[in-house]
Amino acid sequence: MTSGEFLLLAVLALPALGALAVAATPRDRAARLVGTIAAALTLVAAVALVAGRSPGWTATAPAVRPWHAVDLPWVPGLDLRFHLGVDGISWPLVVLTALLTLLCCGYCLWRVPGGGSGRALVALLLVVEVGILGTFLALDLVLFFLFFEVVLLPMYAIIVGWGGDGTDPVALDARRRAGRKFALYTLFGSVLLLVGVYVVVAAAGTADIGALTGGTELSRSTQLAAFTLLALAFAVKSPLWPLHSWLPDAHTQAPTVGSVLLAGVLLKMGTYGLIRVAVGVAPEGARWAAPVLGVLAVAAILIGSLVCLAQTELKRLIAYSSVGHMGFVLLGVATLTATGIQAALIGNVAHGIITGLLFFLAGAIKDRTHTGALSDLSGLRETAPRLSGLLAFAAVASLGLPGLAGFWGEAFAVVAAVESGGALWTTLAVLAAIGGALTAAYLLRLLRRVTHGEPSPAVAALGPKLAGAELVAWTPLVLLALAVGLVPTLVLGVAEAPVEALVGVVAR
Amino acid sequence: MNTTTLLGALLPLVPMTAGLVGLLLPPAPRGSAIGEATARRIAAALGVAGAFGALALAVALLVTLDRPAESSTTWIELGGLTVTLGVRLDGAAALVAVAVTTVALAVQIYSTGYLRQGPPGEPDHRYPPYAAQVSLFTAAMLLVVVSGDLILLLVGWEVMGLCSYLLIAHDRRLPEAPAAAMKAFLVTRVGDVGFLLGIALLGVSAGSFRIADVLAHEHGTTTLTAACLLLLAGVAGKSAQFPLHTWLPDAMAGPTPISALIHAATMVAAGVYAITRLWPLFEATPTALVVLGVLASVTLLLGALAATAQDDIKRVLAWSTVSQLGYMTGALAVGSPPAALFHLLTHAAFKALLFLAAGAVIHSVGTTLMSRMGGLRRSMPVTFWCTLIGLGALAGVPPLSGFWSKEGVLAAAEQAALHGDGPAPAWLGWLVWLAGLVGVFVTAWYATRLLLRTFFGPPGTPLGQPPHDPPAVLRWPVLALAVPAALLGLAGFPGWFSRQLQPTPPAASDAVSDLLPPDGLIHLTPTVLLPLALLVLGAGLAWAGWRRGAGADPATALGPLRPVFARAFRLDDVQHTLVVRPTVAMARTARAADERVVDGAVTGTGRAVRALGGGLGVLHRAALPRAAAAVLAGALLIGLAAAVIGATA
Repeated sequence: MTSGEFLLLAVLALPALGALAVAATPRDRAARLVGTIAAALTLVAAVALVAGRSPGWTATAPAVRPWHAVDLPWVPGLDLRFHLGVDGISWPLVVLTALLTLLCCGYCLWRVPGGGSGRALVALLLVVEVGILGTFLALDLVLFFLFFEVVLLPMYAIIVGWGGDGTDPVALDARRRAGRKFALYTLFGSVLLLVGVYVVVAAAGTADIGALTGGTELSRSTQLAAFTLLALAFAVKSPLWPLHSWLPDAHTQAPTVGSVLLAGVLLKMGTYGLIRVAVGVAPEGARWAAPVLGVLAVAAILIGSLVCLAQTELKRLIAYSSVGHMGFVLLGVATLTATGIQAALIGNVAHGIITGLLFFLAGAIKDRTHTGALSDLSGLRETAPRLSGLLAFAAVASLGLPGLAGFWGEAFAVVAAVESGGALWTTLAVLAAIGGALTAAYLLRLLRRVTHGEPSPAVAALGPKLAGAELVAWTPLVLLALAVGLVPTLVLGVAEAPVEALVGVVAR
Repeated sequence: MNTTTLLGALLPLVPMTAGLVGLLLPPAPRGSAIGEATARRIAAALGVAGAFGALALAVALLVTLDRPAESSTTWIELGGLTVTLGVRLDGAAALVAVAVTTVALAVQIYSTGYLRQGPPGEPDHRYPPYAAQVSLFTAAMLLVVVSGDLILLLVGWEVMGLCSYLLIAHDRRLPEAPAAAMKAFLVTRVGDVGFLLGIALLGVSAGSFRIADVLAHEHGTTTLTAACLLLLAGVAGKSAQFPLHTWLPDAMAGPTPISALIHAATMVAAGVYAITRLWPLFEATPTALVVLGVLASVTLLLGALAATAQDDIKRVLAWSTVSQLGYMTGALAVGSPPAALFHLLTHAAFKALLFLAAGAVIHSVGTTLMSRMGGLRRSMPVTFWCTLIGLGALAGVPPLSGFWSKEGVLAAAEQAALHGDGPAPAWLGWLVWLAGLVGVFVTAWYATRLLLRTFFGPPGTPLGQPPHDPPAVLRWPVLALAVPAALLGLAGFPGWFSRQLQPTPPAASDAVSDLLPPDGLIHLTPTVLLPLALLVLGAGLAWAGWRRGAGADPATALGPLRPVFARAFRLDDVQHTLVVRPTVAMARTARAADERVVDGAVTGTGRAVRALGGGLGVLHRAALPRAAAAVLAGALLIGLAAAVIGATA
């Protein structure tokens, strides 16, 4: 076994074993510590994947050239293989997942949201991590589907168990309802994914993503059917308007760490799946559906921003902002150009960093003031200047200020649409750019309501102190938002070759 | 990368470092006077050092730059589109950089004194982040000045918008400050929608965002026209051109040194500068120049007329900025970037001077309203003389700087009008020229009004201590800026300075340009008497009105027009009705539709499924006889079906 293969397995095994160890450790605090250590080791393994990569590795089809791969027989009777691999498209997301999970586990060391034991929460976070990482690493369609599903139930448990604003029956009911909606809605998406996977595997006779990429095995009608099914499934997860309505409830009700993981990486499973599976496996279907996808993406940008402009609750506003931001990512994918897909990849990562930070900050504000209503919050900069400064930074990063991470994905999704040319894509580019201005409008409105003015009674009681754990959890995200903005090659340097390869087969 | 380009690259980096370090300084524990004072001193030292370092670099750059220099390295490749990190330096860039850093240094020094007091009785706690934000603002403008890539330029362009937002909202005692800050960012951001799309069009067409590549590429006419028109939207936002000028007067809610910074050297200058940077593209696009010229004429007159009826001294200056920016864009529209840059530089000097002097007045009398000032000439002689120089330059009194540069703009417009010179049609030349002449008259009128209302006449309502000239830390920056405000215009005679502002000649025509005498920026023709006559007329009318009313506001002469001018033709209301309110209504509708229709469909499906399940459940909950009968009936049906199918098979 090479070191690369070992690392690949370690990335999945460490959080899985960590979850078991956490469950087996009787003392609550010790268990949380064990979980955090497991998450930290996972991050080390994930980062180490970039070392010793072999770009020229050509055992699979040329369109997918993983740096490292593990290919083991799993259920020989059904021809299922345990096939993992990492390349430049998946690696940034793998690292982001490992990082955010570590930050969430570390945050749980300091503060456990009310509702359940911290031990169980950390264990569930690690199980979620296994599912997400597996999704990003799987190179076998059936395996991809399985990992995709692993995430669902632990996330449901996190929302229902630790979410909400209190223990009174109304709050309990609200979070149960949100959890149920999340589970059922995404399960509906999963059914479509299952059917899509079945259509592809049955028609092509293989489930190997490497072999399937390019769609050479599939007829045109199969591709159209497969792309429709897969795209719908991923559109639910991403989420693409109008299939997004599970998201605001789930994000608002989930505990801080749950929201961070949901917005930070869970949504990326949808966009990643769209790029790697739907577009890769059924490129002809993708070309056929691209205009529809682009129109819906722009609708998501505009409607998401407009809804944010009329939102009155802090967490709900941030949740809805994800709809708009993921709209930019999906617009990038829909152009099917190298520029667009690279913009989508960096937009994915940037959104994970920035929205993760925003949810951390919103959670900190809600924990302190016990309210999320914008009408009850004002004057944060008078009593808690640091918190307010960080919120301003995150909001500014989120509105796509050039020089920070959010800029590249959004600006270059617009550039890619301009590049595609023609009346439709040019119109979409203009509308998306207007959506960028609307994004600025709602985030500035948020800042004006929350940070400026006279302190409201809820805010007046705040002290300027930030807990050490909070600083530790937030600093990496702040630095990454800056670093990815200034050095975008951190994310895209490794993605260039695989994206060119993918676009090469799609354009064929 | 040689020394020159290294200097250029360091130019934004030095204040940026000062700004970032300043933002990271730990906030001083409130209440502990010693900690607070130390934090203040460190912040002030960082801010001033950053600005001074940048000024030194800018001067060094100006001295060492003998020919245009360029250096760049790839920042990122996005699917065949190259984005570079690099600088592009020429004489104009170096001169603008010197102007920016000079004003920034003056503002930093001035701020250490001006922001000593926060809310009554306590020091301004948020001075340290303020100083850091000023540094960052300077860095962003310098980035725009030296940038050799459109995307990098966009970085500076937008960071500047952010810094203006942060700084305008600085004063927590002003309830209108947060709204003004938000307006400044949002209005410019709306313009930036066009700017981004214009950059995208150019970059996609050229395959690279490097300015040199974009300029060298042969763009299609349609692309070029569309791109230039889109870029103009961004320029209009940043340089406060009609109809995106509405943010600028409101931005007066920021501290006065910030107004000086925004109005003189940064932010509003960026738009004009960006056009000169991409001049070859605009020169080839008459449509864009026509649009620019019309907007410039409207802006010029609109700003000047609005300035006549303001009572707030800062708002008079703000509207005068709008008007002067109209001169600059007008010069560009008639095809004379050197005239525009010349006016940009002199305006930077005299407008910074005017704002800092106005700050001294406000600092001393404790109000911004001219109706409560008056008679300050005796108690504040230094401020009076400095304001006199600034206003003279603004109105264009010879030999102060503004006279020469405004004359340059008018001469260029006259050339275009009478001789059809330049890329613009002759009628556009007429439009800009006439608007400029009317502007001279109105400017002289309101400048005289400001002077009379503030410094002459009976003393206004005394507020607190008697008025006095400001302390040294406020006085020296004002005095220093009075020098270029008075003399910079003389540099426009043929010579080294005016050569710096000329567009870079193509390499091939070097020999030709050596033979010709360098074209100065000053054209003294007999028509120069026209603006001079208008100047005298405007100033005389204001003075006469003031005298006749025995020290009354000359603006009473405006009659019924006064409230219209004071509210700037109610364009704010128009903007509110046409843009803000529909957007808010759309947002409400979108939210309601999203919750009721889109989400309603989802929850409705859930409810329908439950109802269906419940109904089926009820059907199955039957008493034994009915259930037994149903089972028997089912068995019978299945049996029949089997028999039928068996018989047919």
